[in-house]
Amino acid sequence: MIPALLLMLGIGAVCGIVLSLASKIFYVYEDPRIAQVENCLAGANCGGCGYAGCSAAAAAVVSGKAPANICIVSGKTGAEAVAKVMGVEVGNAEAPLSYNMCEGGFRAADKYHYMGISSCKAMAVVFGGKRVCGVGCIGLGDCVKACQFGAVSMGPKGHPVVDEEKCVGCGACQKACPKNIIEVKTLSERIMKFNQKYDPLAPCAQTCPAEINIPRYINQLREGKYKEAVQTIRLRNPLPLACGRVCPHPCETECRRGIEDEPVSINQLKRFVADYEMNSGSRIPIKCAPDTGKKIAVVGGGPSGLSCAFFLRRIGHQVDIFEAMPKLGGMLRYGIPEYRLPKKVLDWEIQGILDLGIKAFCHVKFGVDFGLGSLMAAGYNAVFLGVGAWEDFSLGIEGENLDGCYTGINFLQRISGGEKIKLGRTAAVVGGGNTAVDCARTLLRLGLDKVYMVYRRTRKEMPANEVEIVASEHEGIEFVFLAAPTRVVGDDKNKVTHLEYLKMQLGEPDKSGRRRPEPIPGSETLLAVDMVISAIGQSPDASFKNQDPQARMKELELTKWNTIDNNPATHQASIPYIFTAGDAATGPSLVVEAIGGGRRAARSIDLFLKGEAVEPVKDSLQKKRIHESIFTKVDGIKQTPRAKQPELHVNERLDSFIEVDLVLPEADAHKEAERCLNCCRICYNPDTVFPMAKKAG
Amino acid sequence: MGDLFVLVISCIFINNILLAQYLGNCPFLGTSKKMETAIGMAMAVIFVLVLAGALTWIINEYMLKPMDVVYLQTLSFILVIAALVQFVEMFLKKSIPALYGSLGIYLPLITTNCAVLGVCLINIKEEYTFVESLVTSFAYAAGFGLALILFAGVRERILLARVPKPLQDVSIGLITAGMIAMTFMSFKGMV
Repeated sequence: MIPALLLMLGIGAVCGIVLSLASKIFYVYEDPRIAQVENCLAGANCGGCGYAGCSAAAAAVVSGKAPANICIVSGKTGAEAVAKVMGVEVGNAEAPLSYNMCEGGFRAADKYHYMGISSCKAMAVVFGGKRVCGVGCIGLGDCVKACQFGAVSMGPKGHPVVDEEKCVGCGACQKACPKNIIEVKTLSERIMKFNQKYDPLAPCAQTCPAEINIPRYINQLREGKYKEAVQTIRLRNPLPLACGRVCPHPCETECRRGIEDEPVSINQLKRFVADYEMNSGSRIPIKCAPDTGKKIAVVGGGPSGLSCAFFLRRIGHQVDIFEAMPKLGGMLRYGIPEYRLPKKVLDWEIQGILDLGIKAFCHVKFGVDFGLGSLMAAGYNAVFLGVGAWEDFSLGIEGENLDGCYTGINFLQRISGGEKIKLGRTAAVVGGGNTAVDCARTLLRLGLDKVYMVYRRTRKEMPANEVEIVASEHEGIEFVFLAAPTRVVGDDKNKVTHLEYLKMQLGEPDKSGRRRPEPIPGSETLLAVDMVISAIGQSPDASFKNQDPQARMKELELTKWNTIDNNPATHQASIPYIFTAGDAATGPSLVVEAIGGGRRAARSIDLFLKGEAVEPVKDSLQKKRIHESIFTKVDGIKQTPRAKQPELHVNERLDSFIEVDLVLPEADAHKEAERCLNCCRICYNPDTVFPMAKKAG
Repeated sequence: MGDLFVLVISCIFINNILLAQYLGNCPFLGTSKKMETAIGMAMAVIFVLVLAGALTWIINEYMLKPMDVVYLQTLSFILVIAALVQFVEMFLKKSIPALYGSLGIYLPLITTNCAVLGVCLINIKEEYTFVESLVTSFAYAAGFGLALILFAGVRERILLARVPKPLQDVSIGLITAGMIAMTFMSFKGMV
């Protein structure tokens, strides 16, 4: 008995001594928070969280791979305790969340019928699934079964719905889905997602240069979730108020309803939800990822610069904007007149972007007040050049420098800046683009008696937005088509008296498909005007390249159109840490194009800052249409008229700069949203077959 | 040599520690939900079991037998194995962090695992030599790993199958385990 006791005591003592020595010798520093977090967990080592045991889960929480609410056993109180240790709110901004990409569900037509198969995985193996659509949800709920947290359920429309409150981002559903319909991504990953060939995308979303998920926000509007709709737009476009007013909406041209009926007025719906936010009196909070500690300089506070800064900030980088003009906004402020985009609205929108923690320095010109060298010295890790295209092309005709001659952007910018310009009584605006129309309508509002628009082709070829042309016709602007200015005539005091032009006739179509105008010899005609504004196009002002003393600047290559040469897929310029987008990269283009470019550049900058190769998105769609989603005929459409754009009466608008286009009333917006077919790649909700589905959705 | 081969076959298939001896059922059910975890656990068991087999054999042969206190086997083995696992965990963490990264998290789960203790006691009961007990420890652990990985594969599929509500999760797991055990019975009489 005694020897046995002694033996056990001996073994125990040896074990104890060895272990205590080992703990001294083999001591490894470990984040003390791991032990603290582990104490908050249930300690059941059940593996329900997807990690092997509680200590593994605790290590994952501390390293940031797992959210605070990872433990399913300890529940809410446990999550709160963990969050307290980690010093974060439950539901950290960067927690990955599950998200369903498919809108199809039950409405998507079946291609095959299988007997007795109850799993998506099995169905995907046999002929690639049961749907006609190659990318859509099969709907048997492998993801629902795979979720151990009850966060995924099969929704009323036959595709999975994710309860974001319950989702811990473990990724089990994503692994279970054979079609990549349900995907687990962090906010940053979601912001930096670009349209790819295999995505379930509606025609409108394929076409949108900013790649907004249009059917999703229209659906949210229809459900009355205006805030969610704004958030959906803000994942892709930081300027919904401005875009909702000035975007020429290429998406509507591709609207599937437009094949049989008038297209859905998508842009008015965007404006409706954006205006709802502004008029509600409070801003919807915008989530940003935790700080990364990297600093980026954005040169140019126009749409591309604001978009790039906004998205870089949202994925956690620190951004400073440098702007040459007295205020931010670029062409939105100085190129678009007050009656189309009120400054008050623009200010409100830009303030929301700055509120994310972006600093703006105005009235500093790149190349003059600061340069590449000073930015590098100040510790910026990358530079975004969004300087826009502010240099007007000249007409190249005699008399262009006479008193009373102006150039388009320069004129608009001076008016917007509040400068008093000496005005005449009658004016001729040369050009057929949006800038020309803006100049003409602005002149009318400044009190001129007569404004002519002189364009060398016909109305059909005018590149300006159709609505703008119609509005200017209503306002009484006179169009002089098929006219090429040859000379500005002045009096002895060098003041403009006439514009001389040659009449033209249309010849053979050129490469762009527009019929080339040819002059009729001897048809010189005089137009009596005392102001001439030429608005025939712009190019970027690249004078900073020679003004900047930094030698490296010589390496920045320009194209023959004076735009900054860059890889169109990554927006990286010839100097690796310089990125560019917007008009400075593409030449004069749409606001929404600049916004899309800004986000694309933000993705490349993020890759560059992480030290990864700056490569284009694989299988990126880049506004190309997905062939199988192009229809020539759409069944089940009941003709319903499109919502009319409410506008100020002509009499009220001519002597003021009050905004002309008004926002849709709520009831009309809902009616218009009902017209949306909620398309996906190939399936949609027809008006006639599924009235219930439309109700539910 | 031929004897050792027969021993290995018998330990892995015929007397499989999980499916024939029904030892170590808690990690069998707990870590078999995912293939990845099951493989990690299997590796950790092999590692620990070989070490524990060797150590307990030495203790039995040179301490318990000479002092004539063989009845203390179970008690002392528990103590020694627990201390061993803790020691190995600390050692790996400091010296071989890579191995700790892949096995370490499973070690605490097997501190006083019945499969580990069971194999050590079987080794003594069957009066194996030192080499034989090393081989059987390894083979039993390999059998454990085989069963665990097979079971994890089946369970990953069950997750996607339509299982009646009352039988979901652990219930269907146990039923499946029983069926696999029955198939392993067919190895009986092979040696």
